[in-house]
Amino acid sequence: MAERIVFKNVEAPNSRELETYRARGGYRALEKALKEIKPDDLIDIVKRSGLRGRGGAGFPAGLKWSFVPKESKLPKYLCCNADESEPGTFKDRVIIEKDPHLLLEGITLTCYAIGIHTAYIYIRGEMVFGARVLEQAIAEAQRAGFLGNNILGSDFHLEIYVHRGAGAYICGEETALMESLEGKRGEPRVKPPFPATRGLFGGPTVINNVETLANIPDIVLKGPEWFAAIGTEKSTGTRVFCVSGHVNRPGTYELPMGVTARDLIYEHAGGIRGGRPLKAFIPGGSSVPFLTAEHLDVKLDFESVAQAGSLLGSAGFIVMDDTTCMVWAALNLCHFYEHESCGQCTPCREGTRWMSVVLERIEHGRGRQQDLDLLLDVCSNIRGQTLCPFGDAALTPVESTVKLFRSEYESHIQGKGCPFAP
Amino acid sequence: MLSPAGMEKFQQLLKRYPNKQAALLPTLHLVQSEVGYVSKEAIDFVAGLLALSPTYVHSVASFYTMFYKEKMGKYVIQVCRTLPCALCGSRKILEYLKGKLGIEVGETTPDGKFSLVTVECLASCGTAPVIQINDDYYEGLNLEKVDRILEQLSRE
Ligand SMILES: Cc1cc2nc3c(=O)[nH]c(=O)nc-3n(C[C@H](O)[C@H](O)[C@H](O)COP(=O)(O)O)c2cc1C
Ligand code: FES
Repeated sequence: MAERIVFKNVEAPNSRELETYRARGGYRALEKALKEIKPDDLIDIVKRSGLRGRGGAGFPAGLKWSFVPKESKLPKYLCCNADESEPGTFKDRVIIEKDPHLLLEGITLTCYAIGIHTAYIYIRGEMVFGARVLEQAIAEAQRAGFLGNNILGSDFHLEIYVHRGAGAYICGEETALMESLEGKRGEPRVKPPFPATRGLFGGPTVINNVETLANIPDIVLKGPEWFAAIGTEKSTGTRVFCVSGHVNRPGTYELPMGVTARDLIYEHAGGIRGGRPLKAFIPGGSSVPFLTAEHLDVKLDFESVAQAGSLLGSAGFIVMDDTTCMVWAALNLCHFYEHESCGQCTPCREGTRWMSVVLERIEHGRGRQQDLDLLLDVCSNIRGQTLCPFGDAALTPVESTVKLFRSEYESHIQGKGCPFAP
Repeated sequence: MLSPAGMEKFQQLLKRYPNKQAALLPTLHLVQSEVGYVSKEAIDFVAGLLALSPTYVHSVASFYTMFYKEKMGKYVIQVCRTLPCALCGSRKILEYLKGKLGIEVGETTPDGKFSLVTVECLASCGTAPVIQINDDYYEGLNLEKVDRILEQLSRE
């Protein structure tokens, strides 16, 4: 069994209780840090660990923290991104529901390192149970002196609040998240200014994903070298791969970065259901390009997946067998983006609608030969033309399936219908 | 509009933020949990509580799909339609529910018991297909499980 970091406690009985967490070594990293480690040294430790953001973009966590000014007139904030809405991604929910104290300890260590005294956990609105678990864990930690004033007898103080979203994918984007937290429509902001200098309520702000923060306690306790020895040189540590779709054992698998797609599908997730051939997989959530059976030996780390033409993103790993129609799959995701576009930028708002219309007619046998170039044309008119990366995400399923499966699109058009329709 | 307990919760909420506006989403959640949806009166009420204009509160509330604009059934059945669930048969679950309840997506049964809507990925794709009914997730569904769930809720 490979070493587990963020999922180390999830199978323990009563894992969400403080008592269990403490019995398994919980809050020891916080004790150690408050006694022995200066905030700046803590940032340095996280830098040396090589930890990169698990929310999607893979930005080095320690480096992000170091952008926050030491002195600030306005309060500094941490936003823990628990919006988890990228289709195919379902790992943060496990950490929240099964090991909330691990997340709270990670948040507290992060705030100590950066000099933050207020943190918000922005959790997607649908996760009512998760929000309740977090509220309870916060109350427990407060009573035990791990949160609030004079944490563990030190002069460090911190409040953590749970803030529920209300059903909008875009609020996972960090600037939309801050808008939403401020009581506004979740419409992304223009960058710069970057959150590290001007973020929530105008103060310097760090936004990190749940899984990113859940790595911090072990990095503090076991050291950056220990962490950096796991995974690959540039993608250190583990990753929780969320395997869904046509596999025998869908679920979450925490494995060292750099495991191959083949091992993930065939060893861990039990292979394709019914022993069927693999047709396509999406390695990093719905916003990254599709890959095919040709890419089974690609190592799942940031660099290798990028080299293969996709992205590791959120590690939402969606598997499709040979019975899956690629036009249908692209249409399904295009509907998602059309529905979730915040509507601020015209190319995104109009482009997603237009692509849906064209995909719909191709899927239903009314497509025209020119439609393929039309789709690619719409894609190139969205790319880079929007305020936030949502636009580029939205065109990706369409563009990558047209490129990888052009003949399948053509057979829809020539045969006037979907060859996969029952 | 809010119960005394609800007002107490509201007062606690305000302490979490440096300004009142930031309490807007939690306050809307609170009102919806008591009233069932975000009515015109609810918008005026929340605007008053937070010193915001009703137009502003409406423009924010309408951005978020979880705030219902009209009265919903006692049980709001939310069927996930996104790719991972679709690969595992969510379409069949949806068609079955439509047939059993005799309503289309977006409708409520005449007795006011069930509303049927589709939603996007619920972050539970490993146990697809998934539906959410009010606050609770129902995972790894098949038609028999759907039958049992509906039977149980009908009795309540
Ligand atoms: C459209 C969009 C949706 C996003 N959704 C999420 C999300 O649900 N959860 C998340 O952690 N990051 C999400 N992100 C990434 C965040 O903007 C941000 O990069 C991340 O939270 C930073 O944390 P990290 O450095 O720890 O990964 C999203 C980005 C975009 C553009
Ligand atoms: S697609 Fe249904 S839960 Fe993710």
